[in-house]
Amino acid sequence: MVTLTIDNQPITVPTGTTILDAARQADIRIPTLCYLREINEVGSCRICAVEVEGVDKLATACNTLVEEGMVVRTNTQRVRITRKTNVELILSQHVDHCVTCVRSGNCSLQKLSKDMNIQAVPFTKAAFERPWDNTLPILRDSSKCIKCLRCVSVCERVQSLGVWEVTGSGAHTTVRIRQGLRMNEAPCSFCGQCVAHCPVGALRERDDTEKVFAALSDPKKEVVFQIAPAVRAAWGESLGLTPEQATEKRLAAAVRALGVPHVFDTTFSADLTILEEASELAAQLAHPEQGKLPLFTSCCPGWVRFLRREYPQLVPHLSTAKSPQQMFGAVAKSYFAQLLGKDPEDIFCVSVMPCIAKKYECDVPQVSDAAEKDVDVVLTCRELNRMLRAMQVNVAALPEEDFDAPLGRGSGAGVIFGVTGGVMEAALRTAAYLLTGFNPPADAFREVRGDKPWREATFPIGDTTLRLAVASGLGSARSLMDAIQAKQVSYDFVEVMACPGGCSGGGGQPIHDGQDLSRERGACLYRLDQDSPIRFSHENPSVQALYQDFLEKPLSEQAHKLLHTDQSTWSL
Amino acid sequence: MSRLSITPWENAQRTVDDLYADMERRISAAPCGNCPVELTSAFLKLCLAQSCGKCVPCRIGLDRLSALLDRLLDGHGSEEDLETILRSAQAIVDSADCAIGFEAAQMVLDGYVAFHDDYLAHVAQGSCTANFKSVPCVELCPAHVDVPGYISLVGEERYADAIRLIRKDNPFPSVCGLVCEHPCETHCRRSIVDAPLNIRGIKRFAVDHAGEVPAPPCAPSSGKKIAIVGGGPSGLTAAYFLSLMGHKSTVFEAKPKLGGMLRYGIPSYRLPGSYLDRDIDCILSTGVEVHTNCNVGTDVTLEELRRDYDSVYVAIGAALHKPLGIPGEDAQGVLSAIELLDTTIRVDKPDFTGKDVVIVGGGNVAMDATRTAVRLGASSVKCVYRRRISDMTALPEEVEGAMAEGCEILPLKAPVRIETDEQDRVTGLVVQPQVIGEVKGGRPAPRNADQPEEIIPCDVILMAVGQKVDSKSFEQAGMPTKWGNLVAADDGSIPGMEGVFSGGDCVSGPATVILAIEAGKVAAASIDEYLGCHTDISANLEIPPAPFRLKNATGRIDLTEREANWRKNDFELMENCMSDQEMAQECSRCLRCDHYGHAGFKGGRKTTW
Repeated sequence: MVTLTIDNQPITVPTGTTILDAARQADIRIPTLCYLREINEVGSCRICAVEVEGVDKLATACNTLVEEGMVVRTNTQRVRITRKTNVELILSQHVDHCVTCVRSGNCSLQKLSKDMNIQAVPFTKAAFERPWDNTLPILRDSSKCIKCLRCVSVCERVQSLGVWEVTGSGAHTTVRIRQGLRMNEAPCSFCGQCVAHCPVGALRERDDTEKVFAALSDPKKEVVFQIAPAVRAAWGESLGLTPEQATEKRLAAAVRALGVPHVFDTTFSADLTILEEASELAAQLAHPEQGKLPLFTSCCPGWVRFLRREYPQLVPHLSTAKSPQQMFGAVAKSYFAQLLGKDPEDIFCVSVMPCIAKKYECDVPQVSDAAEKDVDVVLTCRELNRMLRAMQVNVAALPEEDFDAPLGRGSGAGVIFGVTGGVMEAALRTAAYLLTGFNPPADAFREVRGDKPWREATFPIGDTTLRLAVASGLGSARSLMDAIQAKQVSYDFVEVMACPGGCSGGGGQPIHDGQDLSRERGACLYRLDQDSPIRFSHENPSVQALYQDFLEKPLSEQAHKLLHTDQSTWSL
Repeated sequence: MSRLSITPWENAQRTVDDLYADMERRISAAPCGNCPVELTSAFLKLCLAQSCGKCVPCRIGLDRLSALLDRLLDGHGSEEDLETILRSAQAIVDSADCAIGFEAAQMVLDGYVAFHDDYLAHVAQGSCTANFKSVPCVELCPAHVDVPGYISLVGEERYADAIRLIRKDNPFPSVCGLVCEHPCETHCRRSIVDAPLNIRGIKRFAVDHAGEVPAPPCAPSSGKKIAIVGGGPSGLTAAYFLSLMGHKSTVFEAKPKLGGMLRYGIPSYRLPGSYLDRDIDCILSTGVEVHTNCNVGTDVTLEELRRDYDSVYVAIGAALHKPLGIPGEDAQGVLSAIELLDTTIRVDKPDFTGKDVVIVGGGNVAMDATRTAVRLGASSVKCVYRRRISDMTALPEEVEGAMAEGCEILPLKAPVRIETDEQDRVTGLVVQPQVIGEVKGGRPAPRNADQPEEIIPCDVILMAVGQKVDSKSFEQAGMPTKWGNLVAADDGSIPGMEGVFSGGDCVSGPATVILAIEAGKVAAASIDEYLGCHTDISANLEIPPAPFRLKNATGRIDLTEREANWRKNDFELMENCMSDQEMAQECSRCLRCDHYGHAGFKGGRKTTW
């Protein structure tokens, strides 16, 4: 342990603690900008500067370790002026069109500037303008980039992809795609973790809200919304709602308030995915000689892109079941269109996702089977929030409402798709039923839960013992794939989600700088599952009706046509 | 009032001079991998500040050139801009009135040619191809030894760990602690503050204080066998790393002992055999098999080695004397420096007592021969060199050391012929005085002065004008050669000879020990890959965290030598080690570039290769 003084307060912390953490422990605030714990501790912004007695220069609190007897001051005139100057310097290279910036009100630089009481910048403005292809799911505005390097670090250290790099030197130091590649040539998974960790508006998702508003006001279009499981755990965070207010039923009401006639739930098609995937797993377990084991989940398009690019030889292990989003689109534009007596092309299918890669997925031509595009537009949770604001929906005052029938009903198993390990757990519940003819206890497989980025479990089901692995975050996925290739590990079923924590921590979720809420959101989904009257996907009556009336049974010809895909043919 | 007065030394001018001195030091500490366009643009602004403003090309031209470069840097440059840069720079070179203008534009032109790809990348991609390197010392060390890592370990008195860390990249810490030419120090960032760290001195301290440090364990045996031809620094480096990777290496050495030029070419007052043996013992402890007195080409052929081993590394060095080609070179009393140095480790060393000795050459080998001649008792020792003392390629401290030991350097004298007596014994060296002239290929070239030849009377002449590779038998075995050197790719492989690798002096021509070590390390990695293995080499060591209290401007600790009048009488190690006090101060000067600055961006330490 080390004892030091910060702002005259004696503080004792373990050896190896940074000044920043020591200060936080004593409720002393030191502002940061580039800092991301364990991910980006480069000390590039120099905003966390503090005075240390006996040292000429100021020290950066984020990466300077405490020493015995150290005397730190965080609130002197010299510290304040230095911080203010550094913020002003950053502002001089940052196009501060705050009123039109998507991150206005949720921008770390804006907040710092306000905190420092900066009312004018004394330096000449010199921002870099670089062209960008605005049709991509991820957009970059170099004139807003403050070179904090968070995107570089998160992509390299957490996602192991290294899409971004720092280039140039001196004043011309900038961030670009590795080796000057274009985005579609780079190994980008479109996971959006760079967007989620950008402290300013330099990185954002492509905004597709106007397309949705246009469809809503088009009398020929029958607009159908599906809302992903993980969205219900996060949608209220930036609307000022308490968790008690931000229920899934109020979410259904809010979307309906936008004028959406059919408010459905991706949880429904998650159940459908489980039936197809669990059946596929059961079939593969019966025929291990076909070499498809371990079966990989395929509902995360970031993961699919990653596997296609980084481990093409392992792509045949992917389950051919489409993701819930795409199954939903296919069903909406076939079964549901039939129910409505509409031409599938008149159905406009919108999905609200915690994800940016889903924008890519819905555009993959090979994934649409019921219409030209089974899912027309994907909105992130943030875009849904923006639509609600744009329409001045007073969400807090809305009464709770149910999702619409028939595609609005899902099981608790479908809900936990939104959290790492959830797809695995939901699939096991149904696979156990398929293999034994009996429902296991609903919580039998909770061992696959948790936030260790790579988890393993084994479960005896029937006469076999299933060996399972769950990974979230592409860095962990890479370690897992390397171990599989090196034959160091052997599994029957593997779940991978590209974002750490799964969809709860998705790149399309509301952004809270420096905070990772994936665990809290995941806990919310597990609660919803616990409270759900239906805990097994195969017991979802709407899904049962769909099979009875339309698809016949899992893996049937019709199911294959609409609900399965060959990921190896996907355009990247 | 007088027509003239003494100009007072103005404070302002003093400050400017200080600034320029600071700038010189800063330039000497240039980081590796800077964007060349950015640098050119910055230099142009400095040149512009020096312009008096009289002439158009300099006053406006340099400014507009700089603006064009800035446009490239901003990502708005076009191919047309490149043409304009070229055209206008040439016009400034051709028409500026004084050196301030034309030399500035020439620098732009030279940079444009050298970094053409980078200029194109700025146009095509709006960014730079240059790759900024974090840690100058690590980057400039050919073996990429983790310098800040071991300096911080030495600073914490963890000497054995320092040796372990060095050996991760270089199995010759003792040798390099004494005789490395320390390219690591050339761009040390500490120069910006005061002066480069004495990195070699710190390594020497670690070596002297670490005691015996065993080699790390080898990887499980791969069952692969590698033949290494030549037991010099390059071959032994390859043998060491290949052993660690789990391969069986066998060294074939023509001489009776291992070490190559380290043993037979460097006099023991600079590198005592005990230091060399310590490194070699550690290398051999990994299970390297050795056949000394075995000449590949006569005792065993390359073909046989290729047949019996999975891979062959040829590292035969460049130990053959290269004659100058002047009349009288075969006379009695003319020796090659290499032959002389070879004999000094024997008990029956030659005796130069009472003899006048002349050395021909200006490199480190010439200085070794010069100082060896002193130690062999010569009554006078003169070193004859065709250019100026400042042009000598020997390290300045070697030249100064030789002079302190009483040798005379005779610059600007080109050897013409050797005079002999009737028994063909050397009586003198005839030289033609030279005058230094125009710069050619980056160096001022000497030419004959309009003065008559001179004769330097002497009894012994030591020729140290270069060495060559004894490549004949390898050429006959099918290895490609150029100018007598073997030809190998950058990864050590030989085009058209699968499984055969080569490196070190025999490929590069005579060079430094650390370059030979680099070649051995590269060869080990290439051979490992060639054998289908991908064995990592690492040193699992916790490095002390970087302190954030850095030392104020502090002088560099230079190593002292034993007093010249004493040391010149023996072959004992002449250089003194730092004291504990000096070591602690010198280590504390390290700016820890592995932690601060760019290293914070991209990580400053490579722990595995």
